[in-house]
Amino acid sequence: MALYSEKVIDHFRNPRNVGVIEDANAVGEVGNAKCGDIMKMYLKIENGIVKDVKFETFGCGSAIASSSMASELIKGKPVSEVKKLTNKAVAEALDGLPAHKMHCSVLAEEAVNAALEDYSKKTGIEI
Amino acid sequence: MIYADNAATTQMYPEALKTMSDSAREFWGNPSSLYSHGQNAKDLIEKSREEIAAVIGAQPSEIYFTSGGTESDNQALLSAAYEGKRKGRMHIVSTAFEHHAVLHTLEKLKKEGFEITLLDVHENGITVPSEVESAIRSDTCLVSVMYANNEIGTVQPIAEIGRICKNRNVPFHTDAVQAVGHINIDVVKDNIDYLSASAHKFHGPKGAGFLYARKGSKLENLINGGAQERGKRAGTENIPCIAAMAKALKISSDKIAENAAVTSKMRDRLIAGLSEIPHSALNGDADRRLPGNVSFCFEGIEGESLLLLLDDKGICASSGSACTSGSLDPSHVLLAIGRVHDVAHGSLRLSIGEDITTDEVDYIIRSVKQVVGYLRGFSPIWRDLVSGKKEFIL
Repeated sequence: MALYSEKVIDHFRNPRNVGVIEDANAVGEVGNAKCGDIMKMYLKIENGIVKDVKFETFGCGSAIASSSMASELIKGKPVSEVKKLTNKAVAEALDGLPAHKMHCSVLAEEAVNAALEDYSKKTGIEI
Repeated sequence: MIYADNAATTQMYPEALKTMSDSAREFWGNPSSLYSHGQNAKDLIEKSREEIAAVIGAQPSEIYFTSGGTESDNQALLSAAYEGKRKGRMHIVSTAFEHHAVLHTLEKLKKEGFEITLLDVHENGITVPSEVESAIRSDTCLVSVMYANNEIGTVQPIAEIGRICKNRNVPFHTDAVQAVGHINIDVVKDNIDYLSASAHKFHGPKGAGFLYARKGSKLENLINGGAQERGKRAGTENIPCIAAMAKALKISSDKIAENAAVTSKMRDRLIAGLSEIPHSALNGDADRRLPGNVSFCFEGIEGESLLLLLDDKGICASSGSACTSGSLDPSHVLLAIGRVHDVAHGSLRLSIGEDITTDEVDYIIRSVKQVVGYLRGFSPIWRDLVSGKKEFIL
């Protein structure tokens, strides 16, 4: 399939960390149905470390792959590092995205950041 | 592989492919040359023209060979518009769900000062003839309504619209790209002045099509040069494709009723099966649709991921128009029949051919059910719908 890299296809076919964390202490949802992409990230943060991460995504193949890759990139990482996650890093880890699909990696970055903001709001801990 | 995207393109009939290679090998002379080697090629073109004309009830001299549906649409629209302009008539009536070959040409004409009225196609995807009648003004120079829609397959009341246009003395064009070779067309009975067709939609080659222009209708050149095609379309004729197009149209039109009976039965089996998926809906009128078209929306999922997963299962399908795949907006056709963005993103078009088997149809139904269920399983929208946080639309 020429549209997407093998990595995108792999993460789309076998998305990592799909699902919900019932007792997540950081949840971020971005995008809207009108545009055709919604990402929701659930994080379990303990002692400043992302202990667990799950996601739910409504969207195209690259949106699902971007969520999956972002979840892998932040799992087990300290929140200070997670905060630095960029859409470029997500896209590069996927061996690139087609130009008109780059916004999917932006959504992934925004979903992670929204979750971190939610964590700060809930706990009062600045990241 | 199960090919269910015949509205995008069809596989060539082996006989048409043979005609194509035979004619490329034997009739390679230039049809404009005087010696018999050239004239034999000319004869083949004229024989093809006669065969094609007969299928739609036209005269051979009313058929112009083009590169396909898009070129035919462009030439018909621009010809009628510029003729109108010469008479001070600069209003065009069309519909909101035409192919981009029509809509984008109308946009160009709008920039040139034409006024365009795009009629509503309503929830069932059918143009209402009385609304065409009301939209026609004294300065209307063209009505253009597609014969059958490429995405949702709805067949338009062409004969009624043709009668209205004839009575009001307004030229009538129909983009019949999805209809030719699949449903019976009679340009005389339907009062059609211009008709566009494309060979690769009826098992002919790509890069070939034709424009029917009723005798007396004005034709403006898009391509200038030699005197080919009665001086209305310059360039040395694409002999192999023209001959293969005629062959393909002959085969498909000879079996038109038989094919439609088989295909529509399979279509209805698909529709019944997919309707079992909760919160789904058929797009377009259930009865007045092409024999091979099935178009659905599934709430809570997105179409591209659906297509990719169906591809993994060996099923070729489409979501919206293949032409819109580079854009992020859902198809203008689905929006035109009132599907909201959220739902329009989750669309699936299956366009089947007469060779599809019951087993294949059942496999498609099982596969779509499974993939829709899987994608809904991790869709945040679906979660909100099921938990009652959001209200179902379908």
